Amino acid sequence: MSHTEYLDMFIEESQEHIQAINVHLLELEKQPEDETIIGEIFRSAHTMKGMAGTMGYDDLTNVTHALENVLDQMREKTRLADAETMDVLLEAADIAEEIVENIASGGDGKKDIQAITAKLLGKSTQSETALKTEKTKSVAMDWNEYDQAVIAQSVDSGMQAYTIQVVLEEHAMLKAARAYMVFEALEADGYVIKSVPEASDIEAERFDNEFTVAVVTAAAKEEVVSRIASISEIGEVLAEEIELGSKTENRESSEKPTVPVEKETSAPERKRADTNKTIRVNIDRLDKLMNLFEELVIDRGRLERISEEIRSSELTETVERMSRTTGSLQEIILHMRMVPVDQVFSRFPKMVRSLSRDLGKQIELEVIGAETELDRSIIDEIGDPLVHLIRNSIDHGIEMPEKRRQNGKPEEGHVELRAYHSGNHVYIEIEDDGGGIDRERVLKKAVENEVIAAEDADALTDYDIHQFIFSAGFSTVDKVTDLSGRGVGLDVVKNTFESLGGVISVHSEKGKGTKFSIQLPLTLSIIDVMLVDVGQEHYGLPLTSIVETASIKSDSIFYVHKRKMIDFRGNIIPVMFLEDVFEVPVAREWDRENYSVVVVHKGEKMAALVVDSFIGQQDVVLKSLGHYLRDVRAISGATILGDGNVALIVDTNALL
Amino acid sequence: MTEENAVKKVIIFRLEAEEYGVEVSYVQSIERMQNFTRIPNAEKSVRGVINLRGVIIPIIDLRKKLSYEEVSYTEETRILILALEGNHAGLIVDAANDVMDIFESEIGAPPQAMSKEEQMYLKNVVKKENRVFTLLNVYAVAESLDTASV
Repeated sequence: MSHTEYLDMFIEESQEHIQAINVHLLELEKQPEDETIIGEIFRSAHTMKGMAGTMGYDDLTNVTHALENVLDQMREKTRLADAETMDVLLEAADIAEEIVENIASGGDGKKDIQAITAKLLGKSTQSETALKTEKTKSVAMDWNEYDQAVIAQSVDSGMQAYTIQVVLEEHAMLKAARAYMVFEALEADGYVIKSVPEASDIEAERFDNEFTVAVVTAAAKEEVVSRIASISEIGEVLAEEIELGSKTENRESSEKPTVPVEKETSAPERKRADTNKTIRVNIDRLDKLMNLFEELVIDRGRLERISEEIRSSELTETVERMSRTTGSLQEIILHMRMVPVDQVFSRFPKMVRSLSRDLGKQIELEVIGAETELDRSIIDEIGDPLVHLIRNSIDHGIEMPEKRRQNGKPEEGHVELRAYHSGNHVYIEIEDDGGGIDRERVLKKAVENEVIAAEDADALTDYDIHQFIFSAGFSTVDKVTDLSGRGVGLDVVKNTFESLGGVISVHSEKGKGTKFSIQLPLTLSIIDVMLVDVGQEHYGLPLTSIVETASIKSDSIFYVHKRKMIDFRGNIIPVMFLEDVFEVPVAREWDRENYSVVVVHKGEKMAALVVDSFIGQQDVVLKSLGHYLRDVRAISGATILGDGNVALIVDTNALL
Repeated sequence: MTEENAVKKVIIFRLEAEEYGVEVSYVQSIERMQNFTRIPNAEKSVRGVINLRGVIIPIIDLRKKLSYEEVSYTEETRILILALEGNHAGLIVDAANDVMDIFESEIGAPPQAMSKEEQMYLKNVVKKENRVFTLLNVYAVAESLDTASV
């Protein structure tokens, strides 16, 4: 693996750890006594420290080290998780994040960290002595409080802790390599807590002929021993269970494994079933897999066409079976690219915390459905617009505490961030219980910006007017704050979601609150379309936007304001001829009596698109028209049909 | 290799009676004219898109782009498939029939006496032995598709 690959991995993992630290710090703020949370944070900080050390980013190493110290003290109750400590910890996490960002953008990861380490140490020095005396001696190793907690916890969850002394053969040639194999064997179903000498020394072959490791594992002692003994050049293996006699609170748990035998064997198995084995795969490889699969889908379409023409039952059967298999394959591949929205959501609680402080507001952010999955390529894009929307809710939505009290609301504002999956879409909603959108102000602004004419305003519903906040140059807050209202408006947010094939709308009730709803496609690359003919050309209409297909009589069309309309199930909706929209060359010798229409919708709006005929429904691979044709009106991309020709996919949202 | 000896390999193609050149490094392949799908409401010189081995590529009628009279395609008509930093576009030309080495000393000033827009699409006039041709600014041609769209 090259250095850059290591670097990528380092950056990615560090980002994950920082995210985890942030999330856990916020949890800790709510449950300051919870040791498991402290343990989680410690683990992330510790891993980061290790990685940063290996990569030679000293400042990051030092920050994470200082962070670790504070956590240690918290665990030993020599330091409390009070507001001040939490602030310092969050600040440290911020700084660690800045360093990682710097590294990610090609920097050297250097940063002045004196201030923060001093702050972290600030309270810690006085308690340093207390820390030392607590330490207890155990079998062959020193266990600090943290080790003890890890051991006790593992034992609680049905694992076993051993110290294992490994003696290499006298003339072992590859000492470091053997040691590495031992570590690897142990880490197959457990993990090494510590070793004497330290792992880095062992790696560098700075040890004589033996070393000792402490390990927690799901495997039985004999199994561990025999596994290590089977590695060549290993002389002797001695394993011993770790007893944590000194701590009373652990007494109960350390007794557990000594009770019945079944417990010992059943527990590890349950544990194994719970742990998902995962591997990291470069996203490029998944993209390549996806591309190859897309080729396969195109060929599948071709085969289906051929088998229809040839009408051999054997061929048809085979093709059908292949279609089913590729269908399952498609699902698996799409799922491989899915990641939980938590990747984006997890940074919000902290953001809300600091923003609401800055503004002097009290806000509670509730996140629901963070496990909902979305295609990776979509996840990558939605972070910034969501930040914008949440800031919007906090800055413009939630009122100041006094005002909320006056209005008979609880002082603490509530913002709910929800994600859920329904049909072929994922929905993300941001709902606040703030002041809501002021119809009159939006209307005034809309008239000012010439979005609508003043005389048309009365005909509009509140819902229609609220959607104006997505138009360009819209910010109803007169005073520009640091947060939102900086000119980068909701129109940018809207455009971003729409470029992902999404739809955004806002519902608001004055005095009660505002809800932004975003509908996103599960994936960008394979979509279900209805293929239609217009003149000699084929077009695909995304199935998700189709309400139904119908045939209408030509004389049922009437005109409103010179626009063609029909009455569709009680709704008056516009009729558009795709041949006009797309300037399709058509030579007709007679007028049609009936029109084939596809009724499409965008939110609550509908329209009937007139086509020549329906070809049928098909799964197609959505391809872009390339870099040089980015903005073709009402076309979202193209697909390759079974016969090798290209059909354009209509962006029906642009027509409505 | 000094500046003076620096050599470029160019593909020579024809529009009407004139010759133009494109650096070989920009050209991915040369294809025969084939079925294309019209792109509605696109810039006027965009004929449509083709499917080239699974990649969708816009094709540009270079006659139209450079204000030549439009003619119907012939057996000799070719599409030069450009790959510009991974982005593709195809140029429809009357014929493409030659590859040539040119030297720095043969590359002259940009051509004069043309409309500003067209001047943008052309880089230099090359004089080689008794042939004269114009090097095309392929980036300008390709980028113009987006901005000029109607």
